[in-house]
Amino acid sequence: MEKIKSLADLKRIKENVQTKIDLREKSEQVENLIQIKVAMATCGIAAGSKDTMNYFIENLEKNGIAAVVTQTGCMGYCYAEPTVEITKPGKDPIVFGHVTTERAEEIIQKYLKNDELVADIIPVNFETI
Amino acid sequence: MSYKMHILVCGGTGCRASASHQIITRLEECLKEKNLEDEVQVIATGCFGFCEKGPIVKVMPDNTFYVQVKPDDAEEIVNEHVIKGRKVERLLYKDPEKKEAVSDSKHMGFYKKQLRIALRNCGFIDPENIEEYIAREGYSALAKCITKMKPEEVINEIKLSGLRGRGGGGFPTGLKWEFASKYQADQKYVVCNADEGDPGAFMDRSIMEGDPHSVIEAMAICGYSIGATKGLVYIRAEYPLAIQRLKTAIHQAEEFGLLGENIFGSNFSFNIELRYGAGAFVCGEETALIHSMEGHRGEPTMKPPFPAESGYLNRPTNVNNVETLANIPAIIIKGANWFNKIGTERSKGTKVFALAGKINNVGLIEVPMGTTLREVIYEIGGGIKNGKKFKAVQTGGPSGGCLTEKHLDVPIDFDNLLASGSMMGSGGMIVMDEDDCMVSVAKFYLEFTVEESCGKCTPCRIGNKRLHETLDKITQGKGTMEDLETLKNLSRVIKDTALCGLGQTSPNPVLSTIDNFYDEYLAHIKDKKCPAGQCKALLMFHIDPELCIGCGLCARNCPVDAIVGERKEPHFINTAKCIKCGACMEKCKFKAVSTR
Repeated sequence: MEKIKSLADLKRIKENVQTKIDLREKSEQVENLIQIKVAMATCGIAAGSKDTMNYFIENLEKNGIAAVVTQTGCMGYCYAEPTVEITKPGKDPIVFGHVTTERAEEIIQKYLKNDELVADIIPVNFETI
Repeated sequence: MSYKMHILVCGGTGCRASASHQIITRLEECLKEKNLEDEVQVIATGCFGFCEKGPIVKVMPDNTFYVQVKPDDAEEIVNEHVIKGRKVERLLYKDPEKKEAVSDSKHMGFYKKQLRIALRNCGFIDPENIEEYIAREGYSALAKCITKMKPEEVINEIKLSGLRGRGGGGFPTGLKWEFASKYQADQKYVVCNADEGDPGAFMDRSIMEGDPHSVIEAMAICGYSIGATKGLVYIRAEYPLAIQRLKTAIHQAEEFGLLGENIFGSNFSFNIELRYGAGAFVCGEETALIHSMEGHRGEPTMKPPFPAESGYLNRPTNVNNVETLANIPAIIIKGANWFNKIGTERSKGTKVFALAGKINNVGLIEVPMGTTLREVIYEIGGGIKNGKKFKAVQTGGPSGGCLTEKHLDVPIDFDNLLASGSMMGSGGMIVMDEDDCMVSVAKFYLEFTVEESCGKCTPCRIGNKRLHETLDKITQGKGTMEDLETLKNLSRVIKDTALCGLGQTSPNPVLSTIDNFYDEYLAHIKDKKCPAGQCKALLMFHIDPELCIGCGLCARNCPVDAIVGERKEPHFINTAKCIKCGACMEKCKFKAVSTR
């Protein structure tokens, strides 16, 4: 182990290890962040939701978007898998259907960055208690 | 590729006692089986504070809070929660009042009112991994002090913050540091007092187990401010896990160059060693602690000289409690002005309390000074167990006193607790309900003080023994009104004449129970009755002929053959023979034996 000899050394180490606890720090203040829920039931996984989830996790960071990505169970929209529910702070959740990795990129660039809606939004037609 | 999910498992002493380390092993095995070991990370953390329902498992990022998890539940958590995203309903915490499952920790009453400064990393980071501490701005307070501040600036910042000692005395920390900094010597010492001895208090242990680096960093900051290069942690040997975590942390800090020579390229050097105590209550008193570290008997000596002038090996020594130290890095990073806005006029910041006794949520909590007892007991603590009535709460351990219903809305801080006839102490809070006998409670604490008295001064050695005997006499139903006067007078004499804090405060439980529960003392003395039904000598055992089926189980278990009766006929207790051991009551399957 290289010794820390200055404030700059400590800062460099801190930046390198920050990712280790990023996920935990973000989830502490989840209500202020964009929440992305990927439906990961059997049908979702079969339709490629695992790739979608990985894509979100890797590319949100690259784009500098602070968000919490979680998995959830089946949302019921099996015809439109992979499905993703996105909640921006203070807004109603929106469900997107057919989210392949290409579409994930589109969502990041359009909805997450510029608040532009994209095609294939599933109208939320139920209420949860 | 970073992990998508973190599973935090409590690795504190409490949860480990319920096999939390096996939960970790099982989780890791199950994840490996499903090839998820690169996606999900399992982390052993420090105490979450919610010890009542341990072992705790928390899943991030969705903040799912699982309680009372067993190693066998690991598979279900992996299969259901991790793979399918469905929470394991049966392991969720259930709100005791609403009877509903609470899915995430954000919605638990237990955490809502808490503000965690000293416990900021407990239950959040892996205490055995220095990198996680650094990621939480660890050691940046030390870096700030050494590279950007002069020692007197650091002391001023601590003075300005209004931080007071959390070990019991409540002495201003900045002032203490200033005293120690003024004395010149070839060597000075920073001592961390980790001799936590109040019955029921475990905040210091939890901090050392859950966030050992915060204590190490603060000791180094103190060393820099007062000009000391050696740090010593006086820790009781019965805290093996805390010792192990501290050792690991010290070793890691040395490897990273955060302890040792020329820290951050400056000419400041600092090293820390551990000293083990045998677990004597009096050794929490700073002069006794220092003598014990020197290899002498753990007996207190008169102050002055204060340790700041002549302490360990007759050198200037600064002694701070664990929780006090854990606050220091946060104050340096966020500034004194942030800290002194929290709390009340004369007590700044937060205080950690160990909730114990007849309360629903037994555990460790941290609240801003000025929070009321009602908020702590009913909102955070979830109220009294089994819907019983609140009677009193004992604060300050054996040196403290009892607070009653009328004190429930008093904002808790150092001065208000003293004014109410109790004290802050190290933060133990033992909640009592209608079934607790206050005379017995006072007797229990005196028993503790008699046991722990070092015997050096007469008032404490003999006086407390007499207090205990008199209380015992009252619980036996042999007390007189003169005894009550003796208790009061003797208590005052001991308070005025004992040598150290132990003796000066030991009569507090007696005085405060007499003050607040005078009627209960009278009932014991005049009516020879114990209203709470706890003092066995004052009880009469009785068999209800309606409920007794004459099975004879009680008679067979009675050690003095005091129970008579024909088979299949109601039995009777011969009260002249009965020694009131309670064996019959315990054995009876029909609840026919009662006391009155």
